Amino acid sequence: MYRENIIEVENLVKKFGDFTANDNLCFEVKKSEIFGFLGANGAGKTTAIKILCGLLFPTSGKVMVAGYDVYKKRHEIRKNIGYMSQGFSLYEDLTVKENIEFYAGIYGLKRSEIKTRFEDLVQKLGIDELKNKFVRDLPLGWKQKIAFSVAIFHKPQIVFLDEPTSGVDPITRRQFWDLIYEAVESGITVFVTTHYLDEAEYCDRVCIMAEGRIDAIGTPDELKARFQSKNMDEVFVKIARGK
Amino acid sequence: MAEIEINNLYKSYGDVKALDNVCLSVEKNGFCGLIGPDGAGKTTLMRVITSLLVPDSGEISIGGLDPIKEYKKLRLKLGYMPGKFSLYQDLSVEENLRFFAGVFGTSIKENYHLIKNIYSHIEPFKNRRAGKLSGGMKQKLALSCALIHKPEILILDEPTTGVDAVSRREFWEMLGEIRNYGITILVSTPYMEEAVLCDQVSLLFDGKVVESGTPKQIVERFSSTIFAVKTVNIPASLKVLRNMEDAKSVNSFGQNIHVVFNDGNHSVEQITNYLIKNNITDAKVSIINAGIEDCFIDYIIRQNKN
Repeated sequence: MYRENIIEVENLVKKFGDFTANDNLCFEVKKSEIFGFLGANGAGKTTAIKILCGLLFPTSGKVMVAGYDVYKKRHEIRKNIGYMSQGFSLYEDLTVKENIEFYAGIYGLKRSEIKTRFEDLVQKLGIDELKNKFVRDLPLGWKQKIAFSVAIFHKPQIVFLDEPTSGVDPITRRQFWDLIYEAVESGITVFVTTHYLDEAEYCDRVCIMAEGRIDAIGTPDELKARFQSKNMDEVFVKIARGK
Repeated sequence: MAEIEINNLYKSYGDVKALDNVCLSVEKNGFCGLIGPDGAGKTTLMRVITSLLVPDSGEISIGGLDPIKEYKKLRLKLGYMPGKFSLYQDLSVEENLRFFAGVFGTSIKENYHLIKNIYSHIEPFKNRRAGKLSGGMKQKLALSCALIHKPEILILDEPTTGVDAVSRREFWEMLGEIRNYGITILVSTPYMEEAVLCDQVSLLFDGKVVESGTPKQIVERFSSTIFAVKTVNIPASLKVLRNMEDAKSVNSFGQNIHVVFNDGNHSVEQITNYLIKNNITDAKVSIINAGIEDCFIDYIIRQNKN
């Protein structure tokens, strides 16, 4: 099946002084794909994500996101993406509703639009009792699910998720993936990093980074076949220990 | 008495019951894992054990000592690696290590054998400031500092959280080596698959010990049949299986979906046929043994029902 590319990266290099964080990366992400971005700590994942989100300029190379050039059209890119970081996601001392109104306002959504979408969201997540609570009083699992809903509230073309399931319980972790599948069905492209290698199996394609370079890229089945492994955990270990 | 002996321990923060009737027993030279998600009470329990928090009630004896009354003696016996990196960022690698050895009245030389395998990885960078180390190197330095006074009991709070799968494995291998020195180890983790690397585990959820025993005992207590469905189309298959009559839990586990039913009247053939009828033709169904994560999920589902 032919699908258009929503992210195109050619020969991306990013240097910090003498240190090369991204060393000639080439890859593309298709529309409505779940693209898993894996690698050891310090492999250069966060740097690449920041470049794709328009938060850092590349040293060289061509990077197009949602049809826009990261050198020239950073504002357009930001309007068309959602981002959920591993550290900060929501304002703890605002309620769920206030958080959503705040983010939606930043993205320029109309008040009536915010109201309708918020009501839909409350119903979908079943959070009628939680909507007026302060975020700081919510269990971590709910925070993560709501943070994701906030990140896609303005219906971006792509959402970037940086370790969204770190530390959450096994049920919530799976409910989170149900939300990802739903987002994909609605046409959103998902770019996700994780240290849970079972989650790598849920991605359409996976890219494994090591020391600033891409070491392998493909569907989970392709990678398992190429590295003669029975699961992604083994693939990951083989790639990392092959050095 | 066991090296770590805890009975009916309670600790609340306002309305939140962080520890709710916790019991735990770890023998000398035991290797115990506390497994649970964020907010389960793992850190609170470790802080009580290390004498950093006073519990509301309960009996507790660590290395034969009472952490409330005999905390000064106890702290000499303990090595503690907190969840957050807590070394001096503006001291060098070697200065940190020397500082911790000095505080406990020992020297790097005296106990070097204990940390040799871990410290040798970071020794080439011994003049670098701790704040400038990579995540993996910080972790090795923190472990070296927790070990340098030759503790009898080593407490590690989520040492592998946020660490990639390969570094995680290496870290567990290091813990195995430390154990050869007779040290009792208590380690917490949110990664369920790490449970099997311990001799005994306690599963924590909402302040309660949900299960405890050897990893083998815990999975053997799981009484329902688990059907594993292997398919390329996980999202669609999840939906289809969740609509199946009597399905109690349907969850993805990597490339498989695990299905558990409320009663025992189900078979591989029946599930295969059901999937085919719903246009999922590639599925391979088999019966498998439970893992720790299956047990954990089962507990949460039972809790949510009550």
